[in-house]
Amino acid sequence: MTAAWRARLRNVLALALLVPLAALALALARRARLPRAEFVYSNGSEVTTLDPATVSGQAEGRVAMALFEGLTVKHPQTLAPLPGVAERWEVAPDGLTTTFHLRADARWSNGERLTAEDFLFSWRRLLEPETAAPFAYQLWCVRGAEAFGRSTPEEREARWRAVGLAAPDARTLVVELARPTAYFLALTSFHPLFPVHRRSLEEAQRRFPGRWQSEWVRPGHLVSNGPFKLVERRVNDRLRLVRNPEYWDVASVALRSLDILALEHIGTGLNLYLAGEVDWIDRVPAALVPQLRRRADFQAAPYLASYFYRVNVTRPPLDDVRVRRALALAVDRPTLCAAILQKGEPPSWSLTPPGLAGYPRPEMRHAPQGADEAAHAAALAADRAEARALLAAAGYGPARPFPPLEILFNTSETHRDVAEVLAADWSAALGIEVKLLNQEWKSFLDSQTNLRYDLSRSSWIGDYPDPNTFLEAFTSRSENNRTGWSSTRYDALVAAAAREVDAERRLALLAEAEALLLEELPILPLFGYVSQNLVHPRLGGFHPNVLDEHPPKFWHWQERAR
Amino acid sequence: MTLFLLRRAGWFLVTLWLVVSVSFVLMRAVRGGPFSSERALHPAVEQSLRARYHLDWPLWKQYLQYVGPLDWSAEGHALVGGDGTRPFGGLLALDLGPSFKYRDFTVGEILAQSLPVSAALGALALVWALALGLPCGILAAVRRGTRLDLALRLGATLGIALPNFVVAGLLVLVFVFGLGWLPPAGWGDLQHFLLPSFVLGLPFAAYVARLTRAGLLEVLNQDYVRTARAKGLPPRLVLVRHALRAALLPVVTYLGPATAGILTGSLVVEKIFAIPGVGTHFVNSALNRDYPLAMGVTLVYTVLVYALNTLVDAAATLLDPRIRLEEAG
Repeated sequence: MTAAWRARLRNVLALALLVPLAALALALARRARLPRAEFVYSNGSEVTTLDPATVSGQAEGRVAMALFEGLTVKHPQTLAPLPGVAERWEVAPDGLTTTFHLRADARWSNGERLTAEDFLFSWRRLLEPETAAPFAYQLWCVRGAEAFGRSTPEEREARWRAVGLAAPDARTLVVELARPTAYFLALTSFHPLFPVHRRSLEEAQRRFPGRWQSEWVRPGHLVSNGPFKLVERRVNDRLRLVRNPEYWDVASVALRSLDILALEHIGTGLNLYLAGEVDWIDRVPAALVPQLRRRADFQAAPYLASYFYRVNVTRPPLDDVRVRRALALAVDRPTLCAAILQKGEPPSWSLTPPGLAGYPRPEMRHAPQGADEAAHAAALAADRAEARALLAAAGYGPARPFPPLEILFNTSETHRDVAEVLAADWSAALGIEVKLLNQEWKSFLDSQTNLRYDLSRSSWIGDYPDPNTFLEAFTSRSENNRTGWSSTRYDALVAAAAREVDAERRLALLAEAEALLLEELPILPLFGYVSQNLVHPRLGGFHPNVLDEHPPKFWHWQERAR
Repeated sequence: MTLFLLRRAGWFLVTLWLVVSVSFVLMRAVRGGPFSSERALHPAVEQSLRARYHLDWPLWKQYLQYVGPLDWSAEGHALVGGDGTRPFGGLLALDLGPSFKYRDFTVGEILAQSLPVSAALGALALVWALALGLPCGILAAVRRGTRLDLALRLGATLGIALPNFVVAGLLVLVFVFGLGWLPPAGWGDLQHFLLPSFVLGLPFAAYVARLTRAGLLEVLNQDYVRTARAKGLPPRLVLVRHALRAALLPVVTYLGPATAGILTGSLVVEKIFAIPGVGTHFVNSALNRDYPLAMGVTLVYTVLVYALNTLVDAAATLLDPRIRLEEAG
């Protein structure tokens, strides 16, 4: 072979390399081919785990709700408990003992019968500290459950016998509460209390000691009891669920299959929705909300979540309640909501969001808001005048200027916008110099937990529709307090509410606690959240509600658009 | 050649060990832990989680457990191999451990699922890079000084300067919502590939074009090319047989590390086109303080960069006989 030939051959080879490269790429990708399911929705980022007991996020809750079912199910609109695995239940007159009657046809996806024993196993697992379940404390309302949850392995069996849970027969579960818990029935439809399949779990633990977690939730291994079951899973891509033929109410499950996508990018979610490849997205780019609000398939509804700032009350000058109150008063909330947030967020002077039934929600003292622009301006002027007077009373003025403050927030466009508005408000109304500091999420949490901040962006999402889920966070011993604020009176009020049997008096006690919090202001209330769903116009059984929870069991196609 | 490869393999192990050790320590030195969240965990719950993943151990013990010569976990023995079933644990047994964030997957599973996706996308992006970059570079060099050259150079500069999310947005606007030819995002069909691979490959194509042009211009002025021309060879033959071979050297040198980068994916392109590749994990694992996953992707990247650089050094000797492997090694 001549040199020229060899050179030519090499050139050809180099080019030929591209062809198999491309072919290989296509072949690899073709393996990933999966025609879309009947209904596709975006679930934000990849879920932490499918194990319903050990997760706390909304995305995880949505998956758990499709795969599993608790004793009760939430009504898709009112969220009232409907029969689930339990076909009926009785609450004893003292409000402490509830007897659940399980339906005879409750089955696991592998056809096995689901019994009251399954609940005993699952709830015991939830409570055991080794399970590391973030919501284990929710079940501490059961008699003896807290002591069991705090027990060492040696004391475990003895403590378990004292827990107020019993299964007299396969279809009866008796729950004795330590104290009347208004929201206990609602809890039974909350994912930590869903049953898990004992045999498959224990088999995975035995066969795969180091990695049982990834084995028992694998498609083909996972045994569940909800309206859908898992058939395929790809990390960071999708969960494919199909209707579970063993589900007791399969006749009323309309959809044959679901794709739950892990879509992190909000704009991509919107693109896919607009192109008809996704049927429901639960968040949209903030900048497009004004246009999207005009669409019939856009649903914005009050959401059980609050946006507020934590104040580090251990740092002067923020240890002075007059200063905190001045800061809280000087913010122009209605303008912040209308001009910056634009999704219809309600301005808030409370920690709890609106929409809690029967709760006399208190507000921090402020000038009454009028309906029109002039009244709003007058109210704001009055509040800001009071704020300036408070700062003067605290000893700040031309002679002693207020020291600069820093707002800490986690990296996000919206949080930056809000922080800039607040900084401008405080600078204009009170002459306070405010600096902004953003940190990535985990560093931000670290700073907040260790009180390394002046003011810190915060939010809280309610787990169940009750003020307790918000107020409990600011008790002295709560890990979620993170303000350095502590009040024995506040703690006592929240504890008294937990013991109170009478529903109205209980809510009054919680309102008193919140009023105290809003007097002391370790938090600066700002606004309530709204959910923002773009949903296929022909999907029925999907309703806006305060928890933004949408059980897929009730979804069906309608002939005509909503 | 054999000696060269052996020496490279030796250095490879040293590099790998250094990367593992330094990343292991640095990662844990960063503030914030894997289990912190807006809703703080009950201290007992956090303690259980830390115990499950051995984060309550002293650092040296965690390190030895991770690398694998020793094993103190409940079912293991102090020295791995005592029971005769497996000679090593941890990294030495290619066990990258469980992910802290995606608890239903081991790091090995995550990589096994996401690497092929990124590799497929990257391979296509490389095809774009070479198919666009080489002809444009050659054309610009041959027609240097003309308007065509100017236009191509402008294009290349734009390709490098425009951030990929801008290019992606524009292309989605045109091909998805304007013409309706392609799906906006997703994975599985040829249509799903075209936009993301083009977006990913464009800056590389631009670099390849510039390097090719510069390399060719330099070579075309060399004596041996002038000699080839002088002896009456047709210009095309001079270009292809004599000039191009030498001119491609910088391109090949660039392609090694570029390929490692392109194959391991891109956070932005994967996010915009909802592609379940490995690029996302490079950033998210660090943000989530998912130590094992962050370590896993770091290792993959190290191996790829090292392997491809070795390959490039070997390829360079084929293109230019003046380069010897001993020097390269």
